[in-house]
Amino acid sequence: MKADQLSIFLENRAGRLAEVTRILSESGVNIRALSLADTSDFGILRLIVSDFDKAKDNLKAGGFTVGRTTVVAVEVPDHPGGLHSILEMLRNAKINVEYMYAFVQQSGSHAVIIFRFDRTDQAIELLQQHGINMIPGDKLYKM
Amino acid sequence: MIFDVEHETMPREELEKLQLLRLQNVVARVYENVPFYRKKLDERGVKPEHIQKLSDVALLPFTEKQDLRNHYPFGMFAVSRENIVRIHSSSGTTGKATVVGYTKRDIKNWGLMIARSLAAAGATTGDFVHNAYGYGLFTGGLGIHNGVEELGATVIPISGGGTRRQAMLLRDFGATVLTCTPSYALHLYDAAKEMGIDIKELPLRIGIFGAEPWTDSMRNDIENKLGITAIDIYGLSEIMGPGVAIECARVKKGLHIQEDHFLAEIIDPETGDPMPAGEVGELVFTTLTKEGIPLLRYRTRDLSRLNTAPCRCGRTTARMERVTGRSDDMLIIRGVNVFPSQIETILLETDGLTPHYQLIVNRQGTLDTLEVRVEIDEAVFSDQIKNLQRLETKIEKNIKEFLGVTAKVKLVEPKGIERSEGKAKRIIDMRKPQA
Repeated sequence: MKADQLSIFLENRAGRLAEVTRILSESGVNIRALSLADTSDFGILRLIVSDFDKAKDNLKAGGFTVGRTTVVAVEVPDHPGGLHSILEMLRNAKINVEYMYAFVQQSGSHAVIIFRFDRTDQAIELLQQHGINMIPGDKLYKM
Repeated sequence: MIFDVEHETMPREELEKLQLLRLQNVVARVYENVPFYRKKLDERGVKPEHIQKLSDVALLPFTEKQDLRNHYPFGMFAVSRENIVRIHSSSGTTGKATVVGYTKRDIKNWGLMIARSLAAAGATTGDFVHNAYGYGLFTGGLGIHNGVEELGATVIPISGGGTRRQAMLLRDFGATVLTCTPSYALHLYDAAKEMGIDIKELPLRIGIFGAEPWTDSMRNDIENKLGITAIDIYGLSEIMGPGVAIECARVKKGLHIQEDHFLAEIIDPETGDPMPAGEVGELVFTTLTKEGIPLLRYRTRDLSRLNTAPCRCGRTTARMERVTGRSDDMLIIRGVNVFPSQIETILLETDGLTPHYQLIVNRQGTLDTLEVRVEIDEAVFSDQIKNLQRLETKIEKNIKEFLGVTAKVKLVEPKGIERSEGKAKRIIDMRKPQA
């Protein structure tokens, strides 16, 4: 149920993000979802890509510091309260969401949200118990 | 005023005789009591009795800061521990500080040197000395403190920090002499001004500044703003502490070396050969009277030149030109010595960071700032902002703890640090163009 997210360290200066997209474009890697967290000095770019290994190798060769982070892609009912019900059950189980961001494409009538939990395995177990659908990595990358 | 007329105005011929006598004495003492020097002298086939004239000092081996580190903490002491009454130390990471020890007589001599220095700067028994050098292992605070008491003036042991309070007490106590680093004097001026205190209107009339390089333009700035005479004082803990040399207020052209206590040489930093008289080179000191930790030909890495012409102030002691630079890459930040190698050690000790770093030194307003750029690598990278910020804070804390300076740490991309011919440019000192 897990998926691999590519995390990339970026200095907060002009052109760095464009350098990442240039490398990915030249590698024929498609970006499926992204989120950028920043401070005044640096940022962390988080990507779900069509080909993790290829993207990672080429970015490393391009001089970037990259990491692999385990995240979970959760199908969220696309109606008011859909996300809330999921966050509520996580709160009750005291599982912390480090960050989350939306996936570009819908999965049927559901929205897809990428979650980074502090306790990934427990979170997956909990969501499964509640009948919440998650999209495994290999399927997610090709959506 | 000249505090010690006998020694400060001694005819040079007599002074040199006294220096030779004391040089022969110190060589005999270290040969007898310091295994490091006995070995070095034996290797060169030099015996204490070979020192027949002052220029024979060239027969003696040099002492480097590293030698003190290698014999950390007390291995270079020439007397037993019971005879040491005080320890001081320069900044350094664990196990890398240089430690010095003083006998009762050393402390007495040092106090007298500071008393001479205060008098040369124009201070007298009636003066009130606001001593804002840090008290503690650093030689500045306690060194000046003893000397003020030796002179018979009044010392206010305010130490460093708490600038607003300092400004308030400077006004309330009406100090007439200020001792601190030159950059701190300007910082104090700014802080006082914000509180509505104009230092120029206070009784303060003399500032004795040292422990970091400064320029004549900075002196003019300080003198104009604070309405005082600003005097340069020189010293280093390995040799004694502040007071090794002092400018005289009368002439303000070069710093008078306490030559009855120290033998100064100027050498070529590359070859180690003595430089022709009057040429710029590296300043080297041999301690002539020190008992606790006497040093032969200690290489200061400070660049200067010597002038032995008599001074209009009446002193006959040689004057060293204001230190114009360093022969190595040591940085002096707010009076604290910082070696790039120390930063490297701290990075390695912090979560095994790769030592790809760059130091950016600047001056913000009147205070030196240090930015440490560290290349991030996979081992410490995280997808979470808070972890990386925690890493930055941890490095900052370690630098503060081990080196005593406040630094701003900034993580950068690998290869984000400028390299010239494969060698990383470690230091960018942006204070220099202002000098």
